[in-house]
Amino acid sequence: MKRLAAFFALLFVVSTSFAQEKLPNVILKDINGNSVNLSELSNNGKPIVINFWATWCAPCKRELNTIHDLYEDWKEETGVKIYAISVDDQRTVDKVKPYTNAQGWEYEVLLDTNGDLKRAIGVNNVPFTLLLDGKGNIVWKHNNYNPGDENELYEKIVKLSAE
Amino acid sequence: MKSVNLYIWAACLFAAQFSYAQFDNLQLGTVTGNIESTFQYYQPDSVINAQVPPEKGALNSFANINYRNSFFKAGVRFESYLPVLLGYPQRFKGSGLGYRYAGYSSKSLEVTVGNFYDQFGSGMVFRSFEERQLGIDNAMDGVHLKYRPYKGIELTGLIGKQRFEFDSRLVDGQGIVRGINGEVDFRSLFPVLDSIGLQITAGGSFVSKFQKDQNTQLVLPENVAAYSGRLKVDYKDFFISGEYVLKENDPSQDNGYIYKNGYGVLINAGYSQKGFGILFQAKSIDNMSFRSDRSAGLTDLQVNFLPALTKTHTYNLAATLYPYATIPNGEIAYQTDVMYTIPKGSLIGGKYGTKINMNFSTAYDIKRNTIENDSFLRGYSSTPFGMNSDSLFFRDFNIEISRKFNKKLFVNLVYYNQAFNASANIVAQTLGYIYTNIAVVDVTYKLSKKHSLRGELQGLWTKQDKGDWATIVLEYTISPHWTFGFIDQWNYGNDLLAQRVHYLLGSFSYITGSTRFMLNVGKQRAGIFCVGGICRQVPASNGFTFSFTHSF
Repeated sequence: MKRLAAFFALLFVVSTSFAQEKLPNVILKDINGNSVNLSELSNNGKPIVINFWATWCAPCKRELNTIHDLYEDWKEETGVKIYAISVDDQRTVDKVKPYTNAQGWEYEVLLDTNGDLKRAIGVNNVPFTLLLDGKGNIVWKHNNYNPGDENELYEKIVKLSAE
Repeated sequence: MKSVNLYIWAACLFAAQFSYAQFDNLQLGTVTGNIESTFQYYQPDSVINAQVPPEKGALNSFANINYRNSFFKAGVRFESYLPVLLGYPQRFKGSGLGYRYAGYSSKSLEVTVGNFYDQFGSGMVFRSFEERQLGIDNAMDGVHLKYRPYKGIELTGLIGKQRFEFDSRLVDGQGIVRGINGEVDFRSLFPVLDSIGLQITAGGSFVSKFQKDQNTQLVLPENVAAYSGRLKVDYKDFFISGEYVLKENDPSQDNGYIYKNGYGVLINAGYSQKGFGILFQAKSIDNMSFRSDRSAGLTDLQVNFLPALTKTHTYNLAATLYPYATIPNGEIAYQTDVMYTIPKGSLIGGKYGTKINMNFSTAYDIKRNTIENDSFLRGYSSTPFGMNSDSLFFRDFNIEISRKFNKKLFVNLVYYNQAFNASANIVAQTLGYIYTNIAVVDVTYKLSKKHSLRGELQGLWTKQDKGDWATIVLEYTISPHWTFGFIDQWNYGNDLLAQRVHYLLGSFSYITGSTRFMLNVGKQRAGIFCVGGICRQVPASNGFTFSFTHSF
């Protein structure tokens, strides 16, 4: 037990002292079958939000639908771009395109069917949100969604885009 | 021994980082990962038949650490079961390394040595994956190569053994799995396709497993090959895709040691435009259990993955009492989804639009034709999509309507009508058909910018198995940190009066950034616990659970 505790303590130190984290060199397909390398994402120096979700995850859909109603304003005010990364596996992945279109979402939707990005980032559960600054550094990570959490995210986006 | 190595490894990384900390611009690479620890304390409860391990408490812990710099990557997963939680594979024990890899990764070439996960096509021929909440992990342990010689072409080769269990370290199964896969993305090769709105992707795989024949009575094939071909065409708002898999004869515990080839066909077609989506899926499989150990059972050592063509439900009475799982020995299944958003501003649509999701799925047994003079022990013969129409395995019709009335009120209504063949999918204590009607009302009300209250009322009505159920969920959240929840599942229609139990559970969680603390206190009913449509049986329990997760 002692070793376990020591190990976790060490982990914290290691994890907080390393260089700025960027997105890894992972290639995912978008819902139209095109390949996208995550390490090459850019939004002209404006912030990027990466949101992990799944068609079977109720809070995820609630979060993305809530932000959907605000997205126009967010884009206009901060220039933010949102990527919705579906972690649906083979059983439900084919529902992603019809679902997102039916919702009218304007996010870039990518498919992490094999969980490569999820593992590389260290995502435990969905929903999971990453916020990237204009240089592509991951500056904030958030797990879960409660109604109102979109305000906290938006405050952070505004702060970034003002920098 | 293994954990000592890990300490040295971590200490070196730390030392390296520390000594270079001044040089801000030096590319030191990044460390990512997560930590997860779940402790459960068990109390006896004879009414719900709650189990108590001799230790009374159980603790599962995981720490994933990935390191990468420009080209190099390496990582480990430290696991600890002191002892393992009930419901997990009980042969997981001790603490140590359950997963480790090192490799090289550039835009055109990726090499991984050690553990890795991958999937070919739909996974019907090969898929290695981890579903930690369920204790499923068939990670490969060997070498993995991915090469992109030209934009739009991807080649994969792999060889390795599969993770089987954990006994203070990773323990692999006996068999060896080898595979190659090629994928071509025609739009990248011929950008002109983009201008006419066409995308074509095609792929093919070869996978083979080797396991020694130590059977004294049968002559078993030591090498078993499987082949797969697939094609996907996207044209503007339409798409159609298909995959065919053929598996050579593979006598196993699952199929009763018959020398018959197996096959799988999967077809998807869809159309979607803004506000509307439709999807049709069809599947026919026969004798497709494919494991690297022919005598393995449960979810052990599976080389492939056979997705169930049913909707993955989220409300607990619909999701966890009678969920359907693919029957690898033979199944024909169809599914249709229709999704529509009634436009906002219209009379029925309201201010924000009203969303409707309809889903219908059904699965049947295959038709097995007897073979005269079956001297090769093939067992039977079948044809793709040839089904036995009085052998319904599962049928589910459901409709979900959701509407945001204003900034404060959101309502979700769902109705399900299901028929479940408990003789084919053993999850209940009865056999035969279980017919259910389920209704859910889910209301979220935002009290203020940060405070919300959510209530769920669910009812399940059936004359079979344990009879009627009701569920009440209340959840009070204060964004962004606090959640207070209460759930009561009540088996009010059970034929046995003593079993008309309230399963009460209180929960509390605190979240900050990517850290979450959660405490649950109360009763959990025996049932099926599912993540993303893969399920495991969990025994009834009474007590409390504390969990901690953190990502970095």
